[in-house]
Amino acid sequence: MQKHTVSLLVDNEPGVLSRVTGLFSGRGFNIESLCVAETVDPAISRITLVTLGDDAIAEQIIKQLNKLVNVVKVHDLTGTDYVEREMALIKVSAKAGSRAEILRIVDIFRCKVVDVSPTHYTIEVTGTADKLEAILSLLKPMGIKEIARTGAIALGRERK
Amino acid sequence: MKTLTGAQIIMAVLKDEGVDTVFGFPGGVVIDIFDELSRTDIQHILVRHEQGAAHAADGYARAKGSVGVFLVTSGPGATNTVSGLASAYMDSIPVVALTGQVPTGLIGNDAFQEVDIVGITRPCTKHNYLVKRTEDLARVLKEAFHIARSGRPGPVLVDLPKDVTQGKAKYKPLSEPKMASYKPTYEPNVKQLRKAVELIKESKRPVVFSGGGVILSGASRELTAFAKMLSAPVTASLMGLGSFPGTDPLWLGMLGMHGTYRANMAIGACDLLIGVGVRFDDRVTGKVETFAPNAKIIHVDIDPTSISKNIPVTVPVVGDCKTSLKGLNSLLDDEKIKFTRKSRKSWLDKIEKWKSTQPLKYEQRDVIKPQYVIEQLYALTKGKAIITTEVGQNQMWAAQYYHFDRPNCFVTSGGLGCMGFGLPAAIGAQVACPNRTVVDVAGDGSIQMNIQELATAAQYGLPVKVVILNNRYLGMVRQWQELFYGKRYVATDIELAPDFAKLAEAYGVLGLKATKPEEVGPVLKKGLESPGPAVMDFWVEREEGVYPMVPAGKAITEMLLA
Repeated sequence: MQKHTVSLLVDNEPGVLSRVTGLFSGRGFNIESLCVAETVDPAISRITLVTLGDDAIAEQIIKQLNKLVNVVKVHDLTGTDYVEREMALIKVSAKAGSRAEILRIVDIFRCKVVDVSPTHYTIEVTGTADKLEAILSLLKPMGIKEIARTGAIALGRERK
Repeated sequence: MKTLTGAQIIMAVLKDEGVDTVFGFPGGVVIDIFDELSRTDIQHILVRHEQGAAHAADGYARAKGSVGVFLVTSGPGATNTVSGLASAYMDSIPVVALTGQVPTGLIGNDAFQEVDIVGITRPCTKHNYLVKRTEDLARVLKEAFHIARSGRPGPVLVDLPKDVTQGKAKYKPLSEPKMASYKPTYEPNVKQLRKAVELIKESKRPVVFSGGGVILSGASRELTAFAKMLSAPVTASLMGLGSFPGTDPLWLGMLGMHGTYRANMAIGACDLLIGVGVRFDDRVTGKVETFAPNAKIIHVDIDPTSISKNIPVTVPVVGDCKTSLKGLNSLLDDEKIKFTRKSRKSWLDKIEKWKSTQPLKYEQRDVIKPQYVIEQLYALTKGKAIITTEVGQNQMWAAQYYHFDRPNCFVTSGGLGCMGFGLPAAIGAQVACPNRTVVDVAGDGSIQMNIQELATAAQYGLPVKVVILNNRYLGMVRQWQELFYGKRYVATDIELAPDFAKLAEAYGVLGLKATKPEEVGPVLKKGLESPGPAVMDFWVEREEGVYPMVPAGKAITEMLLA
């Protein structure tokens, strides 16, 4: 089982997302994360989704996605040169004893504190899934109250 | 440019698409469309249940080789067609479904007879649409027909809110749509064809495996020529029956769970399997790991998702069956590759031996054997009827004992296995081919699932013939219970059934019954020769089984033979 990051261009129409997710649930494929928004062309949206599967399953997923009438383009980025980012907002408990330590971690990971209260910091962090996991494991002992993650977005790198 | 109502635009597009028949059932939100339909020369066939409309459009499409159309109302009208859509989808049949919908302003309000049919049918249609503006109607309908019939065909549903069909818009006829996101691959990659030819050259024991795709792309002639050039034996999936002549010496019979002994053994022994327009479903492959263990596989299909889905393939060819076979044939021609039957002698002899030692067989004694009824039917119709089937034993016996020499003659719910398919499909086929003999081979179980369509046949004087192989059981499940569940016939005994001959008479349809073997021929003759529809009820051996049978999960060479 390997992680595959798949980038789709789809018609920006009602019901298209449901066609994509319905395909995954109907055929027993996994969705680890999914991210959708309009592209420069308002008629087209980009879906970035991360899925798990061996080569045969990944091949089926790509083919099945291609078969959907509203899917314009499918690109399996896995194994290619691409940039992948994810953002998370982490609301962490910030008590007198831990406030400085949290700020140090924020500094090391080059993230931002975007909301401060007497009891909590909300931290914005952007990076690869690995980076997010790393900061989360450091913040966990401080007490994470809430978290929101975007799921990965990705684009292929241009040739140098 | 003319300004038309939505309903008028629908009619204009139907005419433009060459539609001559719509199967349907009315309801509140589609009255405008029916009203407009009556002002055209498009024939409307009023069914008695919407499922019948869907299957009839499917049967029409299969027999005629063009798009079938049905029109039903919103809510239950639409949901009743879901099985029909799913069946057409599984078998890749081009159907355009027009469903009424509540006015756009009411959508989402849980209005009377409102249902999200686009949501419901998303996984069982090739594509579907909800039309929100009358201005979009013409384009969407053109796309629907285009998508339904092109590439790997399938059903496309168009949901039509009442205000959209009542509203007005400018209309001008549109040309064939071009869609950025939908471009099926027709032309195969020549490199792949060359690779296939190399495998063909090396092969000593090839088998050609033909499927529904060959029939859908009209490639039977090319497939036959291909197999003859190779002197390769040919088998087919249930959906492929008729794509290669069933009376040809190279014909192996059907493959798979109820395939012939020689076809299944040939798959076990072949060194090259050439699958054309097939999808290697589980009823064909049995245990996947043991399927064609000694063979390299060439797989030609227009749908890339079919390739290497179930079975790893040596040479995939993505393309239209007809175009691909033409390409292969001309490459073989160019290289002057032709295998004579003589050069294949040892392989063909082996197959002949399997055939002579384990033919399809039954013994006709004092109770009517279902196989005997099919053989008699085959003889009396000279193999030229369009046969539709219900689902279960009746379907398998029809597939085994009626030898189809031509495509578009065997109409069966193959993938979905939808009981209740046969009678409405026969009605559709009869409308498509008014001069052909159309016979629904039915079981006493499945015929009861859409028997109300006898009224449709009677109303339009459609001379469909229903042959019921009546064993007072849900026979296929009973057979599994006999073999794998210690003969515990749970929920399969349906001895309490109507007298089908009398029921037919009640519908105004000729009803006949045979309980002895000697009555089979005369009853069939009388039913077939009668000018209108007829129901023939044959009381057959109750516990007859369909053999050979590959138990689920076994290799296809591990057959139960009786």
